[in-house]
Amino acid sequence: MTSKTIVQSPRMIWTTRIIGILALVGTGITVWLGLWATPPDQTQGDLVRLVYIHPGVAWVALYLAFGLAAGCSLLYLWPRTRSLFWDRLAAASVEVGVVFNACTLISGSIWGKPTWGVWWAWDARLTSTAVLLVLFLGYLALRRVPAEPEVRARRSAFAALFAVVDVPIVHFSVVWWKTLHQGATVLNANLSPTIHGSMAWTLLLGFVALTLAFVWMLLVRYRIGAMEDYLGSGELDMALLERQSEGMAPVPATGEAPEALAPVGSAPGARAPAEVTR
Amino acid sequence: MWRDTLLMAGKDLRIEARSRVALSQVAPFGIVALVLFAFALGPDRSPMVKGAPGLFWVAMLFSSVLAIQRSVSVESTDGARDGLRLSGLDPAGQFLGKTLSVAAQLVALEVVLGVGVVLLYGASIQTYWLIAVSCLLGTIGLAAAGTLYGALSAGLRIKETLLPFLLLPVVAPVLLAGTRMWQAALSGGTPANGTPWFHLLIAFDAVYLALGVVVYGPIQETA
Repeated sequence: MTSKTIVQSPRMIWTTRIIGILALVGTGITVWLGLWATPPDQTQGDLVRLVYIHPGVAWVALYLAFGLAAGCSLLYLWPRTRSLFWDRLAAASVEVGVVFNACTLISGSIWGKPTWGVWWAWDARLTSTAVLLVLFLGYLALRRVPAEPEVRARRSAFAALFAVVDVPIVHFSVVWWKTLHQGATVLNANLSPTIHGSMAWTLLLGFVALTLAFVWMLLVRYRIGAMEDYLGSGELDMALLERQSEGMAPVPATGEAPEALAPVGSAPGARAPAEVTR
Repeated sequence: MWRDTLLMAGKDLRIEARSRVALSQVAPFGIVALVLFAFALGPDRSPMVKGAPGLFWVAMLFSSVLAIQRSVSVESTDGARDGLRLSGLDPAGQFLGKTLSVAAQLVALEVVLGVGVVLLYGASIQTYWLIAVSCLLGTIGLAAAGTLYGALSAGLRIKETLLPFLLLPVVAPVLLAGTRMWQAALSGGTPANGTPWFHLLIAFDAVYLALGVVVYGPIQETA
């Protein structure tokens, strides 16, 4: 499947929309369950409600987004599967992942203040997560350096692979160093979750909803990236057609629409419509 | 590969011996950094002694960025990089050679800064071998990760600003482990105090040396 078909196919556009709607609904139900339906925790009280969001956000950022970026980078570097498709997907994944990574740190801080008494602790997991954010910000900075698409793709792929080395460090930091941050609740060593009942279901739904949100953002960001590339490669007309066919911006009809768009106060039908259509 | 390593390291060190850039610019920069830290902490001795391990490693990290930039810029003029690619030297050997040369310069710098820390901050070293081990392992890690990122940013017009941003977070574990080992060494700690950090440094070195050996060749094609 080439990148063009993904951007253009109406099926893909509809899939994106449906995933977006599902993500929205899922997040809405998670919020309702998390804030009202589930009981407060025995020891943590209402603070436990953050647990429905924070691990899910972290899961998306660290494992899904950065893992996908590393996988795509490998596929790009592998000569047989080399395609700018993987490069764009990796870039989109990192960009969304960075947002989720920042949200992980923010939601963790909000929980840390009332629980640990501080916004930030120099704990191994917190520190390594913050380092991860900086590493991938570096990746995005490297991408912004003007270069030929192939050169940029290659360079970025290496940077992503170097940065992703930090992910296992973050994951095992709670085991290697005895940290303030608690250990794994669900994906622990003997795979027996230490959370049950309605709380477990809400947590699970949170994971699903945030994963869907990630996929939706990834697809949208990928489309934008692909369109930017068309723009750069002189295929502006195709990008414009593509944008217009989404139904967001209707194609101006030659007769009436331009007049509606003409600025108020300008002579109607004189010069303005011609400028707009051009 | 090992012959190429020595050739490459010998070339870089010979350039350094003739140009004396590290000696006349990087080492003084490290000392200036130490003096500035002392100004920032005020004339009182106790915070300086307490912070000496961390300040030493921060000064090392900043100086190593300069050493890496120098090591990269040596290849960037007169088509030196294309020449190297044509030379048929094993890319892994080139990587190890450049790493070795940077590491040798950084070890020399560590001796200077170590003496500076003792003289300027009044820190007294209790366990010398812990210092030596942490410096050696930390230096290899700094040089390997630096050479790798240096190669990645080579040929970029804005590498002066991008390289520190990319490199410094990556070498944070070296700062962390080096500082802890120095703290143990200054307080007369036993080997046990340094062991987990010792493992971290070894793992860091192994990861970046292995990465460099594998990907240095392909990276050269990007620039």
